[in-house]
Amino acid sequence: MAHAQVALVAAGFRRYSTYRQATVAGAFTNTVFGFLRCYILLSVAATAGGSVAGYDGPQLVSYVWIGQGVLAVVNAWVMLDLAERVRTGDVVADLLRPIDPLWTYLCTDLGRSGFAMLTRFVGPVLVGALAFGLYVPANPLTYLLAPLSILFAVVVGFACRYLIGLSAFWTLDIRGTSMLWVFLSGFAGGLYFPLAILPEWLKTTLWVATPFPALMQAPLDVLVERGGVPNMLLVCASQATWCAVTLFACKRVQARAMRKLVLQGG
Amino acid sequence: MAESPFGVYARIVRAQVRSQVQYRASFLLEVFGSMATNALDIASVFVLFSVAGGLGGFSGTEVMLMAALSAGAFATADMVVGNVDKLREYVRSGLFDSLLLRPLSSLAQLAALTFALRRSGRALQGMVFYVVALCVADIHWTVGRVLCAVFAPISGTVFFISLFVAGASVAFWWIESGEIANAFTYGGRDFTAYPNNMYGGWFRDFFTLGIGFGFVAYFPALALLGKSDPLGLPDWLLWFSPVVAVIAACLASLLWRVGVRHYRSTGS
Amino acid sequence: MIISARGLRKDFTVHRKVGRFRRERTVVSAVDGVDLTVERGEMVGYIGPNGAGKSTTLKMLTGVLSPSGGEVQVCGLEPVAKRTTLAKRIGVVFGQRSQLWWDLPLGESFSLLRHIYRVPETDHTARLKQCTELLALDEFIHTPVRQLSLGQRMRGELTAALLHGPEVLFLDEPTIGLDVLSKQAVRTFLSELDTRGDTTVVLTTHDLADIEKLCRRLVVIDHGKVVHDGTVDELHSRYRSRRTIVADLELPWPDGLTLPGAVVTAVEAEGRRVTLTLDGTAAGEVVAALAKAVPLRDLSVQEPDIEDVIARLYRDDN
Repeated sequence: MAHAQVALVAAGFRRYSTYRQATVAGAFTNTVFGFLRCYILLSVAATAGGSVAGYDGPQLVSYVWIGQGVLAVVNAWVMLDLAERVRTGDVVADLLRPIDPLWTYLCTDLGRSGFAMLTRFVGPVLVGALAFGLYVPANPLTYLLAPLSILFAVVVGFACRYLIGLSAFWTLDIRGTSMLWVFLSGFAGGLYFPLAILPEWLKTTLWVATPFPALMQAPLDVLVERGGVPNMLLVCASQATWCAVTLFACKRVQARAMRKLVLQGG
Repeated sequence: MAESPFGVYARIVRAQVRSQVQYRASFLLEVFGSMATNALDIASVFVLFSVAGGLGGFSGTEVMLMAALSAGAFATADMVVGNVDKLREYVRSGLFDSLLLRPLSSLAQLAALTFALRRSGRALQGMVFYVVALCVADIHWTVGRVLCAVFAPISGTVFFISLFVAGASVAFWWIESGEIANAFTYGGRDFTAYPNNMYGGWFRDFFTLGIGFGFVAYFPALALLGKSDPLGLPDWLLWFSPVVAVIAACLASLLWRVGVRHYRSTGS
Repeated sequence: MIISARGLRKDFTVHRKVGRFRRERTVVSAVDGVDLTVERGEMVGYIGPNGAGKSTTLKMLTGVLSPSGGEVQVCGLEPVAKRTTLAKRIGVVFGQRSQLWWDLPLGESFSLLRHIYRVPETDHTARLKQCTELLALDEFIHTPVRQLSLGQRMRGELTAALLHGPEVLFLDEPTIGLDVLSKQAVRTFLSELDTRGDTTVVLTTHDLADIEKLCRRLVVIDHGKVVHDGTVDELHSRYRSRRTIVADLELPWPDGLTLPGAVVTAVEAEGRRVTLTLDGTAAGEVVAALAKAVPLRDLSVQEPDIEDVIARLYRDDN
């Protein structure tokens, strides 16, 4: 990576490291939800004969707690300030810089997620590990694939939010779109329950045709080594594909937005 | 002609609603969006139910009664005071001053000013769902149970309102409290949607009895169904929801009042 | 007396970061023992540098902030304890905190306020009519507040604060950021209010022209303490501020020329403009002496600049 990119990532990291109180508050909330979801899934598993949709006890614990951590790292619920900058016209300043704003925003978001990884990921996961005991991956390959998978999740989550931000060039008010996004990314991303619970057709459609599972379900499945090495590699490959597809879409849409800006003067 | 205090608040709410519906498309999308979210919350309960064929040893209609009570109470409270956590911004910017300068209760003004009509669909949906759940559940009606069926959603709503207000009040001391209140408001909604015996350890004790979430849906549902708590709490406790709601309301309003005294009015 | 404060104090606890993790608590007194009495019908200017405690005092008088110490009564009521009762008897305009509904037309805000303050319809109509005439609200009363200019909004805010016929009007920086015309409109309106004499007005401002045009009495606060309470003239005599004569001359000012009763403080425009500061001698004598010494083209006598006095006062204090 070039100098500028490294500096941007570092800046993103530093900026979020100043929100110390909000970080503690967020980690606390994630922890409460961790307990809540964990007890519910464990109770369901107990009634259903020890496992839910092929996840056994420790795997469910990992699914819930690491899920709470990944949620904060991907940060899919919090919109980028891009839309606000489009609304106010400040975006012109972004477009005039020598670096493509897509990379500026991406690097900053990577810095943010790096800070979240050290705080809001580690915090709840540690509590979960102490209170319930997490699934310990057996295969050394998992320790290589898991960070990669989380990185992919961050990038896909970023690209989708960037697209929503760009839509402000055409609609100005993105509250409706954001709401739809929060709704879908939670439900179809695997936040409320493992997607494997869903009927086969719906599950397959979500995995193949939407980027949502790449946000949460994918890294979680890698971390609990679901389906063994072949499935884990497949999951990572599909995430990589979604990274490419969504980033490419960002580039294209941004180019059109710029044309619109040039033609109409904002 | 003297107008009741309630009439004045109703006027503020109407003015608020008029300014909200100016953005019509956004407004409609949010009405349907929030209804979809509500439906999904309840659907999540049933997805898990279908996996196990029961939750915490309760049957489908019984779980539905609890989930419906929780959803109805939460959605109504959310419509009325769900946005009082905007207090944070009011305190940060010093805008709270202008509420204190009017001859009305600051809390009621804030609730009226942040009233979210777009959540009305959800509240209505929750209440309809509750009535359906009452009809299909296996309840042997007595006078006590009729009263319980009427007072349970009211108590639950008052309880959640108190929780929202208490959570917002934290901003008087701690502006950067961020999403910490969500752990108890939205967390409380999720907690109360399931039979409380599914939880374990100190977490269950603290949330069910310590904070009192058990009295929102789980205990009244047990009282209606004529069941005892599988974990052995005395049966008379199940009827205490209105008392708990009143206590919660008193505590929340006390916290608010102490908070207003503590308000520092910065930002100018 | 309608406002009385004795030993009024407000302390804030400030956390300061010391090193990486430790924080230090210090108590800062924003208002530190203010005594203030205002009689019914007075118009008082309350001034001081940024952070002197002006707004904090006003907030304690209006019931927004609870005092850390001292006693305070407004309209015979304790502001915080009787907040809602007091609110009906006072009007407040805090420059940055709007009383108006952002998305609604100005007129609708007014009728909402009528219900909030329970003002009888006839009183409301009469007062609104009066304000509409004096402040020319007609042009924008049907415009949503968010579309108003700052000057128009301030005129709206003033009206909003007066519709319930308050006994005391508190104004925090009522002219800040306004264009010249709006400033003038606001000042004219306030002096009209003063002439009628049934409303007591306390105003804070940065713009000393407001004070000179409006207030006979001036209270200056610095570091939370009252450093001057009296008329503008008293302030001048206390700080011995001087009047000046600026003269335009036909010929350049002769080097080294002095006049009795005045000191030359500036010579400009190639010696053709001279500024003389009087040392208390009557201006007439100095002008006569000046006319004798050099041919005059034009001449003006300037009153002492209040801004200078205040600046000196703040400096002395530091």
